[in-house]
Amino acid sequence: MRFPEAFADTKTIKRGASIRIEGVEQDFGAFPALRDVSLDIQSGELVALLGPSGSGKTTLLRVIAGLNSPDRGRVLFDGENATGLPVQDRHVGMVFQNYALFKHMTVADNIAYGLKVRPRRTRPSRSAIRTRVAELLQFVQLDGLGARYPAQLSGGQRQRVALARALAIEPRVLLLDEPFGALDARVRKDLRRWLRDIHKQTGLTTVFVTHDQDEAMELADRVVVLNEGRIEQIGTPEELYDRPASPFVISFVGEAVALPVAIADGQVRFGGRELHIDTHGLRSGPARVFFRPADIAVAAEGNGDLEGRVESLRRTPAGVRATIAIDGYDQTLEIDSPLERSASLGGRVPLSLAKARIFPADENGGYVNAGDGI
Amino acid sequence: MTSPILVGKNARRLTAPSVIPGFGLTFGYTLIYLGLIVLFPLATLIWWSSGLGLSGLYAIASEPRVAAALRVTFFISFAAAVVDLFFGLIVAWVLTRYDFAGRRLLDAFVDLPFALPTAVAGISLAALYSPSGWFGAPLAGYDIKIAFTRLGILVALIFIGLPFVVRTVQPIISELEVELEEASATLGAGRLQTVLRVMLPPLAPALLTGLALAFARSIGEYGSVIFIAGNIAYVSEIAPLLIVVKLEQYDVAGATGIATIMLAISFAALLLINLVHAWSRRKFGRV
Repeated sequence: MRFPEAFADTKTIKRGASIRIEGVEQDFGAFPALRDVSLDIQSGELVALLGPSGSGKTTLLRVIAGLNSPDRGRVLFDGENATGLPVQDRHVGMVFQNYALFKHMTVADNIAYGLKVRPRRTRPSRSAIRTRVAELLQFVQLDGLGARYPAQLSGGQRQRVALARALAIEPRVLLLDEPFGALDARVRKDLRRWLRDIHKQTGLTTVFVTHDQDEAMELADRVVVLNEGRIEQIGTPEELYDRPASPFVISFVGEAVALPVAIADGQVRFGGRELHIDTHGLRSGPARVFFRPADIAVAAEGNGDLEGRVESLRRTPAGVRATIAIDGYDQTLEIDSPLERSASLGGRVPLSLAKARIFPADENGGYVNAGDGI
Repeated sequence: MTSPILVGKNARRLTAPSVIPGFGLTFGYTLIYLGLIVLFPLATLIWWSSGLGLSGLYAIASEPRVAAALRVTFFISFAAAVVDLFFGLIVAWVLTRYDFAGRRLLDAFVDLPFALPTAVAGISLAALYSPSGWFGAPLAGYDIKIAFTRLGILVALIFIGLPFVVRTVQPIISELEVELEEASATLGAGRLQTVLRVMLPPLAPALLTGLALAFARSIGEYGSVIFIAGNIAYVSEIAPLLIVVKLEQYDVAGATGIATIMLAISFAALLLINLVHAWSRRKFGRV
């Protein structure tokens, strides 16, 4: 699979523009969909916009595409202001969540559409269009299906047609809205790998929207985590996993347990116990400790940060999985451990934290500012 | 709305077992209903006029007054249906695509021409467009006469036919995703190109159905037209009126003759529209 070189013929359009977003805000009535969003995307980067529904991720993608015009702020492509540029002139390749294929056109006509609607001056000849369509069909591994109608294709095939149609116009950036949302799990996995390949082949700056953190972490060079119209954190998957910048990020990106604690005299107290967490630079008051289930383990007697009761034990190929109720925490945890046989159902075990993040409460009772880990 | 000459995709074989039984009952009802209510009266019409023979029918059709009335009826009906096609599409588009205060109320107004006694519509239109009416007086200043001319017939038929186009096109428009327009725009298409290449083709079958319905309704329209048309023989006399005139003169054979000719032309015209419809469905309607 090779991206057809014939596409490099338009010298004026650079492949893979950089995108800069400056202080973009958008309100839908009284509802602020985007609040002071600023973001730099490098040329050729693969970036995920990750967030729960209503976080503004799709709105941000549409602002980049030019389908929404922001109330405030600017969008720049390659340093040039594109904020007022109409969609038609932005040269963005957009793949919609439901693909938005033209149902009354064949696959080939769908792909050729962006070339056919060009003004006569810049429109390629009929035979040139046919050649490109054939190349693109091959590129998205749909050779021979050009005469079919979208209704005759599977979901995964439709998505590839949508992608080929977007690539046909030699876009400066490729934008995908929930590209795998409507597909079943198996097809999803294949297409993920495939999208990664496509990105490598084309070198296009690619931005995709997803609510699935696995998808974002697996595919993207950098992930932008959005919540309630704000950017919570921008970082590589490693940064998001290892140094989450906010309670939202740590809970949204992977599983996390949150314990309400109090900081007093440089100590972190949970219930009656002291947790061994560095509180350097944090002021006293209520706070919250977050840790991943993988970072808690059964400790040697007398060494635990926490204590819990064994609710159930289950044998797994690797060892034993214990369901443990932590004292003072209202949910149970599943802990994989080489649990001693002596640990019995209903017995008490000491637990130690390998890694945790602490976020002190702000005046409003929210939790801000990343604290230090253990 | 499906075309009557097409067999539905979901049509069953007679013997195929079904979750919902009762094929025999419903099919029997359909036959009896169609037979008694539709076909029997039409057959009577043909029976009555059969005494005339083809030469008799030809003689009636070539009577100058009858020929003029038939021309007026069919041409103006078609013209009105075409006007309704454009305005109906715009009305349906606005009612479906945009949300604004009073949308539901406006939507309800569309059905009024269905519900209003047609004579009421005719009288109010005649009052509005007469040379002393609210619309008629200013238009008279420009030497445009609407009431008591062929234009008057056109206005009445446009009024009568509009809901047919709006109501057939509306559901199809609501199925068209906004993303289609957006996709077209991101691919570089201008607004006109988007409308012509992306939005209209899927609407074509529904538009043709609307056209056929409005046309068919206009051919038979009587009540609203006679008040505004002036009914001047050779100029603004419609065929349905001529039938009534002949009946009043106890010329039953002449009346049924005109009716039979109208039936034949209507059937031919609707069949033609349905064929185009079937073709456009094959071409564009792949959904």
